[in-house]
Amino acid sequence: MTQIDIDGLTVTYASAQGDIPVLSQVSVSIGAGESVAIIGESGSGKSTLAAAIMGFLRTGSSVRAGELRLDGEDVLSASNRRLREMRRGVVSLVPQNAGHALTPSMTIGRQIAEALPGFPGQGAAEMRAEVVRLLGEVKLPTPEAIFDRYPHQLSGGQQQRAAIAMGLASRPKILVLDEPTTGLDVVTQASILKLIGSLRAAHNMSIVLVSHDLGVVAHLCERAVVLYAGQVVEDADTRTLLAAPSHLYSQALISAIPSTGRPGLPLGLPGTPPHPRPLLAGETAADPISESELQGWRQHAAAAKKEFRPYRPVATNAPVLRVKELSVDYRRKPDGVSGPTVAGVSFEIQKGEILALIGESGSGKSTIASAIAGLRPLAAGSIELIDPESGSTVDLSRPVKRRSRRTLSSVQLVFQNADTSLNPRRSIQDSIERPLRLFLRIAGTKLHEKRDAIMRDVGLNREFAHRLPSQLSGGQRQRVGIARSIATSPKVILADEVVSALDVSVQASVLRLIDDVRREHELSVLFVAHDLAVVRGLADRLIVLHLGRIVEQGTVEDIFAGPNHPYTRTLIDSILDPDPDAVSPVDEVEIAMPTQPPLLGTAFADRYPSASGNRHPSTVDFGNGHLINTHLTRAELLALPHNNRANPAPSDSAKDVQ
Amino acid sequence: MFSYIVRRVMLAVVTVLIASALIFAALLALPGDIARQILGRDATPQAVADLTARLHLDQPAWQRYFDWLAGALHGDFGTSLVSGLPVTEVVFTYLRNSGLIAGIVIVFGIALSLVLGVIAGLKRGTPADTVISLGGLLGMSIPEYTIATLLVMAFSIAIPIFPAVVTAGPDATVAQLLPAVWLPVITLTTVMAAYIIRMTRSSVIDVMASEFVTTAQLKGLPTSRIVFKHVLPSAMLPVLNVIAINIAWLVGGVVVVEAVFNYPGLGTLMIESVSRRDIPMLQLIGVIGAVTYAVCNLAADLAGIAFNPRLRTLSNRKAHR
Amino acid sequence: MNPPVAQSTEQASPAWVMELRRTMVGIGKSPSTMFGLGLIAMHVIIALTVALWAPYSPIATNPAAILKSPSVQHWLGTDSLGRDIFSRVVYGGQFSLGLSIMAAVFCVVIGGTLGMLAAFYRGWFDEALMRLVDAVLSVPTILALLLVVSLMGNGPVVIAVAATVVYAPAVARVARAATLQVVELDYVTAAKGRGESGAAIILREILPNVLDVLLVELAMKASWILLLVSSLSFLGFGANPPTPDWGLMVSENRTLLSVRPWGTVAPIIALGTLIIGFNLAADGLAKIRGVDRAGAV
Repeated sequence: MTQIDIDGLTVTYASAQGDIPVLSQVSVSIGAGESVAIIGESGSGKSTLAAAIMGFLRTGSSVRAGELRLDGEDVLSASNRRLREMRRGVVSLVPQNAGHALTPSMTIGRQIAEALPGFPGQGAAEMRAEVVRLLGEVKLPTPEAIFDRYPHQLSGGQQQRAAIAMGLASRPKILVLDEPTTGLDVVTQASILKLIGSLRAAHNMSIVLVSHDLGVVAHLCERAVVLYAGQVVEDADTRTLLAAPSHLYSQALISAIPSTGRPGLPLGLPGTPPHPRPLLAGETAADPISESELQGWRQHAAAAKKEFRPYRPVATNAPVLRVKELSVDYRRKPDGVSGPTVAGVSFEIQKGEILALIGESGSGKSTIASAIAGLRPLAAGSIELIDPESGSTVDLSRPVKRRSRRTLSSVQLVFQNADTSLNPRRSIQDSIERPLRLFLRIAGTKLHEKRDAIMRDVGLNREFAHRLPSQLSGGQRQRVGIARSIATSPKVILADEVVSALDVSVQASVLRLIDDVRREHELSVLFVAHDLAVVRGLADRLIVLHLGRIVEQGTVEDIFAGPNHPYTRTLIDSILDPDPDAVSPVDEVEIAMPTQPPLLGTAFADRYPSASGNRHPSTVDFGNGHLINTHLTRAELLALPHNNRANPAPSDSAKDVQ
Repeated sequence: MFSYIVRRVMLAVVTVLIASALIFAALLALPGDIARQILGRDATPQAVADLTARLHLDQPAWQRYFDWLAGALHGDFGTSLVSGLPVTEVVFTYLRNSGLIAGIVIVFGIALSLVLGVIAGLKRGTPADTVISLGGLLGMSIPEYTIATLLVMAFSIAIPIFPAVVTAGPDATVAQLLPAVWLPVITLTTVMAAYIIRMTRSSVIDVMASEFVTTAQLKGLPTSRIVFKHVLPSAMLPVLNVIAINIAWLVGGVVVVEAVFNYPGLGTLMIESVSRRDIPMLQLIGVIGAVTYAVCNLAADLAGIAFNPRLRTLSNRKAHR
Repeated sequence: MNPPVAQSTEQASPAWVMELRRTMVGIGKSPSTMFGLGLIAMHVIIALTVALWAPYSPIATNPAAILKSPSVQHWLGTDSLGRDIFSRVVYGGQFSLGLSIMAAVFCVVIGGTLGMLAAFYRGWFDEALMRLVDAVLSVPTILALLLVVSLMGNGPVVIAVAATVVYAPAVARVARAATLQVVELDYVTAAKGRGESGAAIILREILPNVLDVLLVELAMKASWILLLVSSLSFLGFGANPPTPDWGLMVSENRTLLSVRPWGTVAPIIALGTLIIGFNLAADGLAKIRGVDRAGAV
């Protein structure tokens, strides 16, 4: 039986320049108990479609044509009263960002109770019991206590679970999930997806999942609808879509997604995402994608197949940066319970090497980068910049104010969020020229030539020079950030989560740029990231941080091959490859990790007790620089279960060396 | 949370202390020989010297400030240079009269402006919103004394239902003053409401656009419940401070309005005292203003804690930011 | 993502030109902002050119024409000294308009600088400044002004300085709040990472991004100061008679309200339109430039 029936839905948004089509002739039908993904990049209209299924249109939007039926009932012509009723039993939404979607002034329990079918007539005790049951069902640890908490007292993952409970409260036939795990840590994401999967089975609901992440889709949905510029370009079962996408756009999109099964750097998508724009004269909202656009995709799809850059690590033995026993402390004074934010961190970066620093939020990875940049005072330890030729060293323990100009230009930062790392009131050329003026003291023609050369290096058209950051796309802005950092020929680049704010398809091209730049200039890069999948095809070596302590380090291949520290294992298990057959071993109950930096090295001793009773970590050496810092013994580490992701089955494209 | 409250109270005390010192310094700078001004031009040098000594004008400024502060802490703010009465007694009478106006303005004005602001915010873009917003703009743009003058024109001259000026003296009973307070009340309410309405409106609009309100709508809740349970608790937070500032503003704002109506309140007393150089009186009036400001802001902060679970459940460690 | 399409050929112009163009387009699309700016422009033009075309001298008394009703000779009639009310109204902006714009500029320059410094350097300077700001704000504005005027006389410069003293702290607070948001952003961190000096960071990175806020404050504070100065004149502490000033005129002609309302109503309308102009301009600029006005009280 068809649960959702969308036929020729066309939605436009009224702007000063005229009507802007957001959805054009969208037709999708979803059966009872089916789980369907709506895939698209930002601006594709996927969120508008999800909202429309809820019978909700943004102010200024209107339906131009088409029909939308839920459970056989017309939503578009339903009265407000009827819509409210439908939202209390037929369809409900799990919002994108639970942190913003939960009312801050109300307790979790009361907000969920509002959505119960019996509300408001039902007795308070009965409703409480029902809500507590729901909170238990979404595997929140102490449902009774969480009932009385306010949203801000919950972690991001717990908020998302509460939002899911709220969606389930009305016992809907259809559950719409709008990017339910975006913004969560990878481990939390994996366990929440697992939870959604099991809930779906238990409740026999239809699920509509809006996502840009093919990994998420592969794990949760059997069918996927690909949206591009407000149009459905492909509607296929997930397996077929991922293995043999038929539309050119889907092919390009899927080829841009990195996979641990096929390590390397795919070709990113060209151009910028199509922003909804007013119709030109003669155009209608229902016009298909133009032939010239299709031609572009055809060329790209062909190129992407050839230009996949397989993983090719660089190994040198000439250290340029040495961090020894680094410790950074945010505490005002020692409190006897927690330790310093970052403690005992030692590592070296070799010339031309990309060293990835991996950890979840709160792991201290960005803190280490700012300490190296001289923006955080060190509590202990040393940082040295080494000239590989002469072997002379420069002390980087001192703050920015006490570094020489030469030293400052040798270490450069690239930031996570390109929106905030460029001054919105300064043109692109201003941003790139500033370090040149400051460090190289050049001006005039020389300056402009140098600037143009750098812009060419990072693939920015010269005509961008006069633009403001707001006139560029996210990927282009990140290129400016990279251009600025390489302008003064530095030795080390500190790249802090530089791709995590970008669409997956754009990530690929920025990662390739970083790889290009370091190979060309023999740059050393400290690549800070939270996602192992991103660095799999890029980095040479990995450091895994947990609560400011290194738990494991080694080459990327060695770490993916194991054995691993239990924490690293969890991170690897949480990677969502766009492969429906990859079974995630992550538990649907969120793993309660310690959240405070430990005073002693006991962070994992309770969860993974050692038979020896040892609670203090020591280093276990597995050769080739693969070191695990743990209280477990070598034998215990080897005995931990792990699935080897290091040696994937050879695929055709992996053999194509460019 | 407790340490947060303690910190707010201490800040309020510090503010009042600095303000009192500023007022003291300003009064100190008043030109002319105060003793001579009080005694008149014909006074003998001996008399002037005597008075100077009696007023401790011969002592260094900081010592006079601390003497005054010590007295103030015991409730002794000195005696009026004009009447010789303790300033607290005089000020109290006038303060009561002003309080009568302010009290009514606070109760009615705030209630009215909150209701109008919420309506305008919820019905954004409708004729109701346009009328309320335009009214707010006018209220902000026309000085108090012109509103007062126009009201007099309408309600004392065209339709004579309220007295244009107050004839009763400062010692009049509440019953005697009551007929005269309405025009000042309407004037002050208009001005004060303008700011509160604008703030309430924009705050309601912001919260209505928030994701949690959309979520509540998508839960299928009735509008009344969304407004009262989801929107207003958050929307009121930024309004609290505006209300506090406006209540504090009333202390100064009444000056002009009282002058228009010749109403025997604190403002009238202030103007008289400025003309007569009655320093202890001005000092006390200034401190009353500062205390009102500090107390109102403190009250807004505490009300904010009550409204905002984020602050209510704040651990002491994070209280600072 | 669409495949590369030919880039639009946009004229290359400096960033500030594009910003200015964007603002102009925004103003063009907002009738209320245009109306507000128009009102301000009208008043400024009148104040600057009035000497060329006013029918009478604003201070010339005429015993022969006392309390005349509006007529062809005297469009708005005359006051109790026989002065032409229309002439006094059109001259009436000179004193307060110049004064309030001057004082508003002082407020924004001084308050803006202090606020940016406090937010950038934090620490004891910030603490001390904020306590002082709070203390000044807690003293009733009108009392502070009355004290200054009786202290130093009621010259326009004195009043402008006094208005600056009472309102600059409010600007400092707004500028500080705006700067605190900017200081957190990565481009400021990037500048610190380049080892730039505090002055360079404030001028290059912070100021351009709080300029919008300051501009809105300028219009806002101009309207507040206008209100304050005219109240002062009304109370007899501002403009000296026989200066033609709106506040003073209301106070002079108020007793005759029942028989000669135009003497009071005309200056009220003049003053009201100017302040409405400033308020509409402030609102419009805030909207066009995306300035969050919550908290700017």
